[in-house]
Amino acid sequence: MAKRVGIEVSLAIGEVVKLANADVVAAYPITPQTHIVEHLAELVANGELDAQYIPVESEHSAMSACLGSSAVGARTFTATAGQGLELMHEVLYVASAMRLPMVMAVANRALSAPLSVWGDQSDAMAVRDTGWIQLFVENGQETVDNVLCAFRISEDPRVLLPVMVHLDGFYISHVIEPVVFPEQSQVDQFLPPFKYPVPLHPDKPVTMGAFAMPVIYSEAKKAQEVHLEAAKGVILECWKEFGKLFGRNYSPVERYHSDDARVLLLTVGGFSETAMTAVDKMRGEGKGVGLVRLRLWRPFPFAELRQAVKNAETLVVLDRAISFGGPGGPICSEVKAALYGEDKRPRVVGFVGGLGGRDITPAGFEEIINKGIEISQKGSDQEFEIYGVRE
Amino acid sequence: MTKPEGELTWRDLEIGSIVTEPGNASQYQTGYWRSERPLFDSGKCIKCGICYIFCPEGCIEQNTEGYFAANLFYCKGCGICVRECWPRAITMVAEEE
Amino acid sequence: MENYAVYVPRLVTRRENFAPGHRACIGCGEALAVRLACKALGQNIIIANATGCMEIVSSPLPYTSWRVPWIHTLFENTAAVASGIEAGLKMMMKKGRIAQKDIKVVAMAGDGGTSDIGLQALSGAMERGHDFLYLCFDNEAYMNTGIQRSSATPYGAATTTSPAGKVSIGQFSWKKDMPAIAAAHNIPYVATACPSYPFDLMAKVAKGAAVKGPAYVHILSPCPTGWRCPTDLSVRVGRLAVETGMFPLYEVENGKYKLSLDFPKLRPVTDYMKLQGRFRHLSEDIISEIQQRVEKEYARLKEKAS
Repeated sequence: MAKRVGIEVSLAIGEVVKLANADVVAAYPITPQTHIVEHLAELVANGELDAQYIPVESEHSAMSACLGSSAVGARTFTATAGQGLELMHEVLYVASAMRLPMVMAVANRALSAPLSVWGDQSDAMAVRDTGWIQLFVENGQETVDNVLCAFRISEDPRVLLPVMVHLDGFYISHVIEPVVFPEQSQVDQFLPPFKYPVPLHPDKPVTMGAFAMPVIYSEAKKAQEVHLEAAKGVILECWKEFGKLFGRNYSPVERYHSDDARVLLLTVGGFSETAMTAVDKMRGEGKGVGLVRLRLWRPFPFAELRQAVKNAETLVVLDRAISFGGPGGPICSEVKAALYGEDKRPRVVGFVGGLGGRDITPAGFEEIINKGIEISQKGSDQEFEIYGVRE
Repeated sequence: MTKPEGELTWRDLEIGSIVTEPGNASQYQTGYWRSERPLFDSGKCIKCGICYIFCPEGCIEQNTEGYFAANLFYCKGCGICVRECWPRAITMVAEEE
Repeated sequence: MENYAVYVPRLVTRRENFAPGHRACIGCGEALAVRLACKALGQNIIIANATGCMEIVSSPLPYTSWRVPWIHTLFENTAAVASGIEAGLKMMMKKGRIAQKDIKVVAMAGDGGTSDIGLQALSGAMERGHDFLYLCFDNEAYMNTGIQRSSATPYGAATTTSPAGKVSIGQFSWKKDMPAIAAAHNIPYVATACPSYPFDLMAKVAKGAAVKGPAYVHILSPCPTGWRCPTDLSVRVGRLAVETGMFPLYEVENGKYKLSLDFPKLRPVTDYMKLQGRFRHLSEDIISEIQQRVEKEYARLKEKAS
């Protein structure tokens, strides 16, 4: 019977990679992902995980080695954060366009400058367009479950796309949480062996990475987009199967008291759980507020988002990253875009907060919601507001 | 025969734009490039194969009698074989219209 | 270099794994070098190729000149991709997912993708001791993007980003000694080669492929387009590079230097340089500076090899 253990989430990720019997781990250490790769190195060193651990010399090489490993059909895993994710930026596009399955855990970290090792989502937002399937998790159990699902989704013959699992740097990666691990037999049942359809092998030579002239590049991109969008069906199928086997259910947009709420707060990532506390308190005071959280980020869950917010009057979106000189919160701008064409939609107000690991307390979330309501009624001369800045 | 790129639809592309037909570039007639052509004199050829070794295209072939000559479908007319041929059995001639 | 009989070319495998129909320039020395290397490597290889001349001329979608498995991703990560392929194959075979087979991982890159932008990945892969063969095809500039200088461009050579001008002699630095950098990683096998000496090249590529661990072969690739010489002189110019001492042929086996070819007296560097437009602008002073340096370096090499 599966047992519940208290474990640091970074180490738990290593345990899932072990359960999944990954073949190759190519990674470069960077705060706050270091505990993930250290634990994986330990598992390999002790023979508990039978894999090649490639201690590469940079994140760019880490992702490049993953390309090579996936191209021959090996189950591949890596992890990074912040600057590391940015250093491998160009390689990310290659992984998705060349349809090379792999799983990457990203311990979301703020981007320099100034240097900050603490958690926010700037790194995730910078890689929105890379063509990867992207999921956000909010606690240790979700991390474990979704890293496992990520392997299955990524390697599914109908998908064959790389998957990123975003978790809060430090606030999730470094905390000890109660986690139920699946049994090895359950994992073996849930996760079939990886079989890449056209791997590099002398028996059947293929050419990967041919260059495309203008006359054919658009067709290549269309093919890529079609498959990324179609992956949503496989993701839903995977979560449904997971729910049946393990009793924990996941959906693209998670709702918390949102059905009857006039005012909704939308958050993504670990601080959603703190937001829930604020929502509970405000509901206790008779205020009609609710919480909506995005779990599936790419492919974007248009239908589920529109459904979740359609009855609200006000939607306050709190981003944990900032897009300078533009819409402010990247998630807010995507939400606005998703709702633009709807006949009935809430007024959307955007906030940016929690940057560089700054904590937001339940009282802070309350303040944001109240401020959001005020702005939606009175308007503002700013596109968005950064919450909690000392003036 | 591979469809030229201007005719391929997005559905025609293999996964990740992989090319699964090894060496299909050999359908491309690089012989159109040349302005001069090598003329092989089997009377002087000693069948050493040096021209074959030094051809960047790899288009020099040995016939059934053992004499070497360039496959004009691919020959770009660089003239390396003419330079390197030990018994001077190859000469460059202008490509006629 | 071993003696060979005149008729050995006919014993070389006829199979062209780098198929004709590729779009290399007329008279391309690099295409020749790749073709010869493929003859030495055989069928059981996987090639990781950097962005560059050979990648572009051999893989315009939907065509490929390659008859062996081949992957191109980016410019600077060839050695890293090769590392991943090597590790992946090892595990797949260990876990029984593919049959045990001797498959050599071969990385191919130009001088830019090796000594400039690709240096970090190469150094990392050599340090980690991956079992792979790295072939650097050195045409002494970023040729594919239009003849811009690299750290492998020889002193005084004119390129588009180191042009000869009123206040410039062309390339202002000496050619980076990549084989020495590879040898400094203490890898089992390092060699230099030139397609003008085809059997030496093929033997060295085969030797590098047979090594267990990292092997590095640096191959001079004459480029008529970039070096500004007639297309039929590619092989001759490569030969002169060796005969003048500008590109000596040698091996470093487990740290031990060995000259492949020695000359009682080196030809003057002008014999090599006068065939190429990229050196046309050089003054007597610069040429003399180059001559002295070449002689000095060659003497140093001979000493290492004694």
